[in-house]
Amino acid sequence: MWDIIKLLVNTTVLAATLRMATPLLFTAVGGIFSERSGVVNIGLEGMMLIGAFTAVAVSYSTGSAWLGVLGALLAGALMGFIHGIASIKYRANQVVSGTAINIFAGGLTVYLQRLIFNMAGVSPAVPRIADVELPLISKIPLIGPVIGKQNPMVYLALLIVVGAHIVIFKTVWGLRLRSVGEHPGAADSVGINVYKTRYVAVTLSGALAGVGGAYLSVAHLSRFVEGMTAGRGFIALAAMIFGKWNPLGALGACLFFGYADALQMRLQEIGIPTQFVQMLPYILTMVALVGLIGRAVAPKASGEPYVKEG
Amino acid sequence: MAIVLEMKGITKQFPGVLANDRISFDVEEGEIHALVGENGSGKSTLMSILYGLYRADAGEIHVRGQRVQINEPRDAINLKIGMVFQHFMLVEPLTVAENIVLGSEIKRGPFLDYDRAVAEVERLSESYGLKIDPRAKIQDLSVGLQQRVEILKALYRGAEILILDEPTAVLTPQEVDDLMEVMHNLRAKGTSIIFITHKIREVLAISDRVTVLRRGKKVGTKATADTNPQDLAEMMVGREVLLQVEKDEAKPGEDVLEVRDLVVKDSRGAYKVNGVSLTVRRGEILGIAGVEGNGQTELVECLAGLIHPESGQVFLGGKDITDWPPLRIKQAGLGYVPEDRHRRGLVLDYSIADNLILGLHTEAPFRKRFGVQDFKAIRDNAGKLVEAFDIRPPYPHQPARKLSGGNQQKVVVAREFDRNPELLICAQPTRGVDIGAIEFIHQQVVAQRDRGAAVLLVSAELDEILSLSDRIAVMYNGKIVAVLPREEADEHKLGFLMLGGRLEDYKAGGGNNVAG
Ligand SMILES: Nc1ncnc2c1ncn2[C@@H]1O[C@H](COP(=O)(O)OP(=O)(O)OP(=O)(O)O)[C@@H](O)[C@H]1O
Ligand SMILES: [Mg+2]
Repeated sequence: MWDIIKLLVNTTVLAATLRMATPLLFTAVGGIFSERSGVVNIGLEGMMLIGAFTAVAVSYSTGSAWLGVLGALLAGALMGFIHGIASIKYRANQVVSGTAINIFAGGLTVYLQRLIFNMAGVSPAVPRIADVELPLISKIPLIGPVIGKQNPMVYLALLIVVGAHIVIFKTVWGLRLRSVGEHPGAADSVGINVYKTRYVAVTLSGALAGVGGAYLSVAHLSRFVEGMTAGRGFIALAAMIFGKWNPLGALGACLFFGYADALQMRLQEIGIPTQFVQMLPYILTMVALVGLIGRAVAPKASGEPYVKEG
Repeated sequence: MAIVLEMKGITKQFPGVLANDRISFDVEEGEIHALVGENGSGKSTLMSILYGLYRADAGEIHVRGQRVQINEPRDAINLKIGMVFQHFMLVEPLTVAENIVLGSEIKRGPFLDYDRAVAEVERLSESYGLKIDPRAKIQDLSVGLQQRVEILKALYRGAEILILDEPTAVLTPQEVDDLMEVMHNLRAKGTSIIFITHKIREVLAISDRVTVLRRGKKVGTKATADTNPQDLAEMMVGREVLLQVEKDEAKPGEDVLEVRDLVVKDSRGAYKVNGVSLTVRRGEILGIAGVEGNGQTELVECLAGLIHPESGQVFLGGKDITDWPPLRIKQAGLGYVPEDRHRRGLVLDYSIADNLILGLHTEAPFRKRFGVQDFKAIRDNAGKLVEAFDIRPPYPHQPARKLSGGNQQKVVVAREFDRNPELLICAQPTRGVDIGAIEFIHQQVVAQRDRGAAVLLVSAELDEILSLSDRIAVMYNGKIVAVLPREEADEHKLGFLMLGGRLEDYKAGGGNNVAG
């Protein structure tokens, strides 16, 4: 019994949990910004993928993984903006637009990967962001091995969560953001620019998803693998809902999903069939979501284009 | 006195409706100018143009002598024009203070200075006598309190020209008095108020001048002192109006609705209905009087199956319908006009025709075999009801959202009355409805009674309760505190009971009663 617990909960698994949660965190926070403004962003998966690829391409050509992250941020932002144009200006169905972005991203990254690197499946290794060791914290027993030596982007993700929470719930812009996603007519009637707020939010959401993708390719690994996001954009969406559109709630959900991912790696090591183990995060996701149906209340105007009358 | 606002030749065409037809209108400084007219006569449209929500097709606006362009609400706010909407513009999950400062926030760097916002709201609410808890969430407030937030919102923005679009429609008599007081104070401080209402009594009580619109055109502007109720009613409707309901003695039959010891809690666990028992008989109208928020809403929603009781039983025509789902209760013979037509009565984005069959859509003649809808039957039904209930404009394919407030109400009334229910529950049935339509709805309620329906009427309007009911129950604090035959009730007595007085303590005509 004790052995099983030690197998399921130990510093190695918990450290891996943080690592696996990180890409979800960036992307889930991105999703929160978008949906809080009233725009559903199913395209997160594709935006992550494009971010992952851009990071590798930029890191490859400049030799700097951090510039790669910056490139991913910009590429994601661009995709977010495009989604914004489709769903805000042209009032396209937001799910369709997001799905289109996912399909487009899948095709585009495969194409560019073969064009630029001339290799099928994976890119060559590129410079990656090295892990860092936090001076004092890494020495603390139990905590040290979990958070003391991690990738800088892991810490960045945690900062982003806290920052997003403050922005959404403490700042004037956050208040306006929430009002636009709940009742755009009311926001409009007090002089808030609904369209502009939504553009900013959805662009930001793309940028964050891009960075989440970059983590996978230039921090976790050091290369691009076709389709490497493997549904993490959707898991991030689930984490957003699970976390009730709150960054701190999403943090809890991402850690949960990250843990499932980490556990899967651990169980594979001890010989449980991989195919089965790989299902684990997704099964847990579904269980979590089913248990939650009905309790999660989305921003009221989420998914609805705003039409100024008269 | 100086003219602060002048609208000249304002014209606004909606698809198929000329909502404003060369309307000219002016407001003096420190005046209360009543704007009246039937449902759909163009009052809200004219005010939306003034507030920058709609753009006029033609016409000019002058504010304080300057010609101005008002393209969006921001422009109006900058010109110190404030508007309280007929359908509230509040963000439900946000708090009162957040809603009030939204768009003109008190900042500390990029942050919202929430504590100062709360303090500011407290100060405003104190100085205008509009009591409110700044930290409460809008979704937890009654309609009356939400209204208050809307007024504070405009005052917070320093409005000097304040548009109140039917502010009294949702208020209790006591709250109306309070509002009048507030309006007096504002006028004394130099604020100009445009006051939209359907109640002639209110026009006469508070306004300095009154402008009447009918079918998009201005009928005229008069000094209030030079008018009288009949005159105003005729200007509004264009014909003589009966201001009093005509009905015969009730001939009550057997019990149709019986409620036994009903207890209902709200979502936060507070007792809203606390042991209510009552019966309504075939062929009678039981009116429930009470200050809003004393459990009437929960009682009615429980009877309609929308919320479940803690304990107690409800019988309809002898059958125990406690805990039945709403559709089944309706099919068992309930007609229900909910108090909040937007939340409970209509699907705003559905067409008028579809709204007119909600709840009937599973039955013949609207449903054919294999669950296919019979569109011809739906169209015919809509055509019939739009005409019978005078829903304007008469375009059944338009979404309900495009109708004026009063016409939306008529859609709900038409649907619920036309099915000839055994039990008819009407909660605030004439809220926001013009006098012509009130006359009509009241006649219909009486006709339903005479047909043999049991009618349960809930209204915050004492006038309405007194003129329609055969028996009157007074609800206070979740309990029925008295049931009186109509002959034994008058405004004073009901007012006394509604505020928690006990029947034994009531002295008829006495000067020491709480309500006066
Ligand atoms: N957005 C819109 N699109 C189309 N028609 C509209 C729109 N808004 C209002 N109308 C129509 O314009 C006319 C005037 O409506 P308005 O809301 O100004 O009436 P109102 O005088 O305020 O009535 P009420 O007393 O019922 O509130 C109505 O016929 C209404 O159906
Ligand atoms: Mg109106």
